[in-house]
Amino acid sequence: MLIAGIPLGFLAVFYFYPLMKIFALSFMPEGTLSLVDLHGLVSTSYYLKTLWFTTWQAALSTILTLVVALPGAYVFARLRFPGKTLLQSLTAIPFVLPSVVVAAAFHALLGPNGVVNTWLMNGFGLETPPIQLNHTIWFILMAHVFYNYTVIIRIVGGAWSRMQSSLTEAANMLGASPWTAFRKVTLPLLFPSICAASLLVFIFCFSSFGVILILGGPRYATIEVEIYRQAVHIFNLPMAAALSLVQICFTFLFLWVYTWLQRRTTVALYPESRRITQKRPTTIRDRCILGANITIMALLLGTPLLALVIQSFTAGDGFSLVFYRALLENPSQSIFFIPPVQAIGYSIGFALIALILSLIIGLLAATFLSQEKSRAASLLDPLFMLPLATSAVTLGFGYIIALDKPPLNLRTSILLVPLAHTLVAYPFVVRSVLPALRSMPKSLRESAVLLGASPVQTWIHVVMPIIRRAIIVGAVFAFTISIGEFGATVFVARPQTPTIPLAIYRFLGQPGALNYGQAMAMSTLLMLVTAAGFLFLEKIRMSHEGEF
Amino acid sequence: MEAPREVILPGDGFFYFSEEVIPMNRRILTVLILAVSLSSLTGCSRENTTPGIETITVMTHDSFSISEGVVADIEKDLGIKIRFLKSGDAGAALNQAILSRANPLADIFYGVDNTFMSRALEADIFVAYESPLLSSIDDSLKLDRANRLLPVDYSDVCLNYDKAWFREKATSPPARLEDLIRPEYKGLTVVENPATSSPGLAFLLATIGHFGQEGYLEFWKQLRQNDVLVTDGWEDAYWGQFSAASKGNRPIVVSYASSPPAEVHFSEKPLDDAPTAAVLGPGTAFRQIEFVGIIKGTANVELARKVVDFMLGRKFQEDIPLQMFVFPANTSAQLPPVFERYARLAEEPVLIDPELIAKRRSAWIDSWTEAVLR
Repeated sequence: MLIAGIPLGFLAVFYFYPLMKIFALSFMPEGTLSLVDLHGLVSTSYYLKTLWFTTWQAALSTILTLVVALPGAYVFARLRFPGKTLLQSLTAIPFVLPSVVVAAAFHALLGPNGVVNTWLMNGFGLETPPIQLNHTIWFILMAHVFYNYTVIIRIVGGAWSRMQSSLTEAANMLGASPWTAFRKVTLPLLFPSICAASLLVFIFCFSSFGVILILGGPRYATIEVEIYRQAVHIFNLPMAAALSLVQICFTFLFLWVYTWLQRRTTVALYPESRRITQKRPTTIRDRCILGANITIMALLLGTPLLALVIQSFTAGDGFSLVFYRALLENPSQSIFFIPPVQAIGYSIGFALIALILSLIIGLLAATFLSQEKSRAASLLDPLFMLPLATSAVTLGFGYIIALDKPPLNLRTSILLVPLAHTLVAYPFVVRSVLPALRSMPKSLRESAVLLGASPVQTWIHVVMPIIRRAIIVGAVFAFTISIGEFGATVFVARPQTPTIPLAIYRFLGQPGALNYGQAMAMSTLLMLVTAAGFLFLEKIRMSHEGEF
Repeated sequence: MEAPREVILPGDGFFYFSEEVIPMNRRILTVLILAVSLSSLTGCSRENTTPGIETITVMTHDSFSISEGVVADIEKDLGIKIRFLKSGDAGAALNQAILSRANPLADIFYGVDNTFMSRALEADIFVAYESPLLSSIDDSLKLDRANRLLPVDYSDVCLNYDKAWFREKATSPPARLEDLIRPEYKGLTVVENPATSSPGLAFLLATIGHFGQEGYLEFWKQLRQNDVLVTDGWEDAYWGQFSAASKGNRPIVVSYASSPPAEVHFSEKPLDDAPTAAVLGPGTAFRQIEFVGIIKGTANVELARKVVDFMLGRKFQEDIPLQMFVFPANTSAQLPPVFERYARLAEEPVLIDPELIAKRRSAWIDSWTEAVLR
C-alpha cells in the first residue's frame, strides 16, 4: 500500500483536487446546486450525437491504426536490418508534432493544390483535383493513424520482441501453418499488449482535439472540442464541467472493461533475449513483409514529415536558409523573442523532469497493480489512467482556482509545466511496464527470494533487467509526450520560457511568409530533438548485453 | 534466459551481481544530474525579483507582444519590474482572470476586446480609472463610460484577397459583402467559425451590422449555397486554405485590415507591394477594439495606474503596430512606414453595442451554426 501512496498522492493533489474545485464552482456557484445552464444537455440530441461520433471515430481510428501498425510491430520486434533504429526513431516523430503543423503537411501533400493532386491533374488531364480530403472524416482517420502508429509499434513490438520463438516453432513442428501458428499461438500471447496499446490509441482519439478542429473542420466535434467551446468561447462552465464528467465517466468505463479483460488474458512467460528472437530477413515472406512495411512507413509517416522539412528550406523558388537565420534574429526587439536554442533547452529540461517524475510514479503504480489482486486494485488501475482523458482546459481552470494558496501556490510556477506533462505521461509508463511485470513468471522472483535476496535486491537484479526494455519504452513515451504537449502547456507555461510547440504557434499567429517559414523551421528542429532524444534513450537500452 | 553469472548466497551483499547494473546506473545518474542542473537553471531564470522593487503583473493573451526597450523604459521610469502572464487565447485568458478574481493572478489585464467586454464587466473584475491620457484617445473607441476598460488598440476584421489570383483570372476582387454570393465567386471564400474563432465572430457581427438582425441569416444561407468553406480557426483558414499564403485554393479569407502590411513586413525577401489586399468599403468590416483594465483587488492601484498611463502614452502606442499588427488607440501616435504605406482602415466599420453582443451572442452563433453548418 505504501507503494501506491506516492502515485495516489500525486493524483489527489494535481488531478482530483483541482477537478473537484472546478466542478464545485461550476455546479454550485452560489454554494447550492444549480443546474439551469444544463438544460441544453438533454433538451437536444446534439450532445448525444457528439458522444456517438466521438466514440465511433475513436473505435474506427484504433482499428485502422492496429491494421496498419501490427505488421510494423512484427518487423521491428523480430527482424534485424540495417537502419532499423533510425527508422524506429522516425516513427516516434509524428507523435510530437502540433496539429496545425501536421495539417499543413497533409495540405501540402494532399490538399487541392498539393503535390499529389497537381501530379494527378497533370498526368490525367483533369480539371478538378481528384482527391478531396479537406474537412472529411478520412482526413481525421488518416491523421489519427499518423499520430498513433508509434504507440502500437512500441508497446506491441516491445512485448513481441521478448516472446520465446520456441512456442511458434513447436506449433510449426506439430504441423501448423505459419498463419495458424500466428493465430493460435502468437496472437493470444500478444493479446494483453495489443489491448494495452489499443486502449491508449482509443483514449487519445476519444479525446482528440486539434486534429478534429483543424482537419475535420467545424462540422465534426468530439466531446473535448465541445468542452473547449463551452468553457472558453461561451463561458458556460456548468456545461463544460458536465461534459467533462461525461467524458471522464465514459473513459473510466472503457478502462474498467479493459482492466478486466487484461487480467484474464495475461499469461506468464519466460522472457527471451532479443539476440535469440531477432533474425535477419532471409525468407521471401520476411523480405516481402519488411519491404511492404518500409513502404507504408515511408508513405504514411515519411512523406508528410519530408514535406515539412522541404518547406523549411524553401524560400521563393529554391533552397534557402533564410528561415533558420530568421529564427536567430529579433528585428522587432520583442521582449518575448526566444532564440531556438533556448526554446529547445526549455523543452528538453521540462521533458527530462517529466520523464523522471513519470518513471517514478508510473513504476510505483505498475508495481502496485501487478502485485495487488484485490477488488480495489481493479478500480485503481482505471483510476490511474484517467488524467489521459481529461480535457486540458477543464483541468487548467481547476489549477487556477485550486492551486492558489501556499503551500500549493503553483498557479504561475514554472514547475506546473513538467507537472502537467507528468500527469499525461505517466499512464504510458504504467501501460508499457504493467504487461511486462504481469507476464513475468512468479518462479523467477521466488527463486531470488529463496536464495536470500531482499525485496530491493530482487527488484534490482531480477525484475529490473527483465522489464528494462518496457521501462525504456515508457521513458520514450514520457519524453515525447512532454516535448510535444500543447493543450495544457499553453495554459501553464510562462511567456519567457516557452516550449518548442508554443514557439511554433507564436509564429503561426501572424501573417507573412517569413512567419510561416520560421514555424516550419522550428518544426524541423522539433523533429530533430525528438529523434535525438529517442536515439539517446535507445542507446541506453542497447548498451546492455543481457537485454530482454 | 541467460544463466546468472554468479550465485548469490544467503547473506551475501550487493557486489556479486552488480557488474552489469553499474553502467546503467551511471547513465541514469548522468541523466539525473543533467536534469537537476537544467531544472535548477530554469529555476534561476524564473524570478529575478529584487527585494524592495515592486512587481506589476500584466495578464494577457498569446498574441500580445512589446519591445524590450519599451518595457525597460517603463521599468526605469517607474522603478518597478513588469511581469507578463500569457494564458491562452483572448477568451481563455479573460476566463482565467474571472475565475481567479478571489485571489487575482495579476494587477492589469491587457486585451479584452469589444466582443468579450460585457462578460468582463458583468463579472465585475475591473476598477475604474480616469486616465489623463484618455483625452488623446479617439472617442469612438471608448465603449465603457465608467472607464473600467480603457481602449488601447484596435483593428478591423475584414475580407482579404489574393491579388495575384484575381489578376490571373482577370476578375475583379470583391468590394462589398454582397459580392460573395454572386455566382462568379462560388467556392472562393473561406471564413472562420464564430463559435470558435474571434475573427470569425467579428465577421459574423459585421454581417449582422450590415444586413441587420433580420437579414444576416439569409445572406449566410446564400453564402452556403455559394460553397463557402468554414474553418475553426484563423490559422487553418489563413495557412491551410488561403491561396496567397498556402497550398489552399481559396483566394478570399476573413482576416485583418493589417494583414497586408504584415505580409510585407514578414516577407522572406523585400517586397514592393503586398501580395494581399483588404476589402474596406462601408459596412464590410467589424472594428475590434482591445481594452486594458486594472484588476480589482490589486495591492498596487497607484502603480498599476501609472503602468496603464504608460500603455496609453506615445512610446508604448507607437510600438504596438509592428509588435501586434493592430492600430494604436492614441491619435497622436505616429504609424511606422509599412503601416503608412500598406495599411488602410475600414470606411464606416460596423460597431455593435457590447451589451447587445453579450445578450444575443449565443443566439446569433446558434442560428448561424444551424444555417451554415448543419
